[in-house]
Amino acid sequence: MRLAGFYTLAIIAGLLPVLFPNNYFITVVGIAAGLNVILAVGLNLLIGYAGQISLGHAAFFGIGAYTSAILTTRYAFPPLLALGMGLISTGLISWLLARPILRLHSHYLAMATLGFGIIIHVIMVQATYWTGGPDGLAGIPPLTLLGWAVDSDQRWYSLIMMVMLLSIGLSLNLVDSRFGRALRALRGSEFAARMMGVDTARAKTQVFVISALFAAVAGSLFAHQQGFVSPDSFNLSTSIDLVIMVVLGGMASTFGAAFGAIALTLLHQGLVVFEDYEMLVHGGLLIAVMIFLPQGLFSGLSQGARRGWTLVRRK
Amino acid sequence: MLEQIVQFLVTGITVGSTYALVGLGFALIYNASDVVNFAQGEFVMLGAMIAIALLSAGWPLPLAAVAATLLTVLAGLLLERFAVEPTLGAPVVSTIIITIGAAIFLRGIALLLWGKGFHSMSPFSGDAPLHLGGATLLPQSLWVLGLTVLLVGLVHLFFNRTLLGKALLACSFNRAAAQLVGINVRVMLRLAYGLSAGLGALAGILIAPITFSSYDAGIMLGLKGFSAAIVGGIGNPMGAVAGGLLLGILESLSAGLISSGYKDAIAFLFVLLVLFFQPTGLFGHKITERV
Repeated sequence: MRLAGFYTLAIIAGLLPVLFPNNYFITVVGIAAGLNVILAVGLNLLIGYAGQISLGHAAFFGIGAYTSAILTTRYAFPPLLALGMGLISTGLISWLLARPILRLHSHYLAMATLGFGIIIHVIMVQATYWTGGPDGLAGIPPLTLLGWAVDSDQRWYSLIMMVMLLSIGLSLNLVDSRFGRALRALRGSEFAARMMGVDTARAKTQVFVISALFAAVAGSLFAHQQGFVSPDSFNLSTSIDLVIMVVLGGMASTFGAAFGAIALTLLHQGLVVFEDYEMLVHGGLLIAVMIFLPQGLFSGLSQGARRGWTLVRRK
Repeated sequence: MLEQIVQFLVTGITVGSTYALVGLGFALIYNASDVVNFAQGEFVMLGAMIAIALLSAGWPLPLAAVAATLLTVLAGLLLERFAVEPTLGAPVVSTIIITIGAAIFLRGIALLLWGKGFHSMSPFSGDAPLHLGGATLLPQSLWVLGLTVLLVGLVHLFFNRTLLGKALLACSFNRAAAQLVGINVRVMLRLAYGLSAGLGALAGILIAPITFSSYDAGIMLGLKGFSAAIVGGIGNPMGAVAGGLLLGILESLSAGLISSGYKDAIAFLFVLLVLFFQPTGLFGHKITERV
């Protein structure tokens, strides 16, 4: 079942550009969707499996992106090394933050992560010397992998799809490991998990850092792909969108998070047509999904489909 | 230097009063329903924007303020009825998403009605500054301070002296037990949303002459109110008031003495530090989780 889903996604990702060659929509929206899938799958490990909310995840996305941007434009680092440094810096910051912040619960944790996200955003806007301030940083070079320059939309599409599949595969394996079971135990009851010998503080720290690293990869890729970063991409509404993706798809399901990420990306693209009504529709849809499909779109719809399928077969 | 600091304190207490009122709204709703209402800031925005719209239609100020407050209360009741009640008892993440959805929805309505521009309101009683020691004080600040004291006092009396207020408190301690002694929990829930929307609207109207208002003005105000409630220990109304004043003063001092660009970062850093050392806020009860 898990592998079936994985291969289906791989085949769809591979076939789309073949079926619609040179299609702007596939490559550009596909890239955005792919990055969002990486982010949402990572955040889902934290929110969905470990049950720890974060309203500041865009900060890690941003730290990855800005590390890449600053190191390549100001210090002429090769892009791949900059990506590695992005991982290291994000990993370090998230690790330092994890212990004190994950002692907090529910709304207090929401507040603390939200505050962290806002602090990082303010620094991006204010530390003009490093970050270019509100105008952002331009001229970030594209990635080069073993001499293969990723410099066209098609190539970016392939690369990001590969990283996306890799992150989904990684997440599927993680949640089915001993570590994943510890996370689920922790979500059920932290106290009970501790009684069963799970080092909960350690598990929470690990999952926090892992999900931050997913975001850092997405951030670096985003910076090199766009060639430009500005604080607007990493503000509170990005953080909230990421949580929405996880919840929309259905928590504690890797494919659910991926589905939620794709759905929200398409929704944003689709709502552009409505202009002034965008917010109204966006907010209304969110409330409606949470009321009518509390398990999320993915499991809600897949249950519906399964029910429909059994009905069809019975006939 | 000293004069400057007095000036910053005066500004801080004024701004902090609005945070206190918004934080009070958070605490009210949290007490009644265990929900942190992320649309609280939007109540503040609605109050200000409706009042401004009515004023420009030629309504007198008191009437416009009352009408704006009542309309916002209506919005709060609708939110409770159509978004919160159907999902009572849902996990924290879901309730956060729902109220964020509601906030985006309300912002969307404001955008349609009033556009993206900034709107301003003229002060209640002129803008000739009063001199107090070395500090100058706008008459509007007095309005903010006076009415905040009055409202906080009324809320305090409501919780401690009236049967209705005590019933609401009972719901926050234990909803099932409250229901068993004959309290209509649903009515209490609506009461909490109505009250907190009203408080938000009043805060919005009070602060509108000092800051500009726009369709997205509620975001930051809501976050600061949430911070106030958290710093004070969520669910503790008077803690939220103290938290709001503390945040306002800190913000104004850091804007004046350190950097105005970093004032929000400093405010949130303060919140983080409080939480790191006091995980349930400054005046919060220690949580004893039942296993």
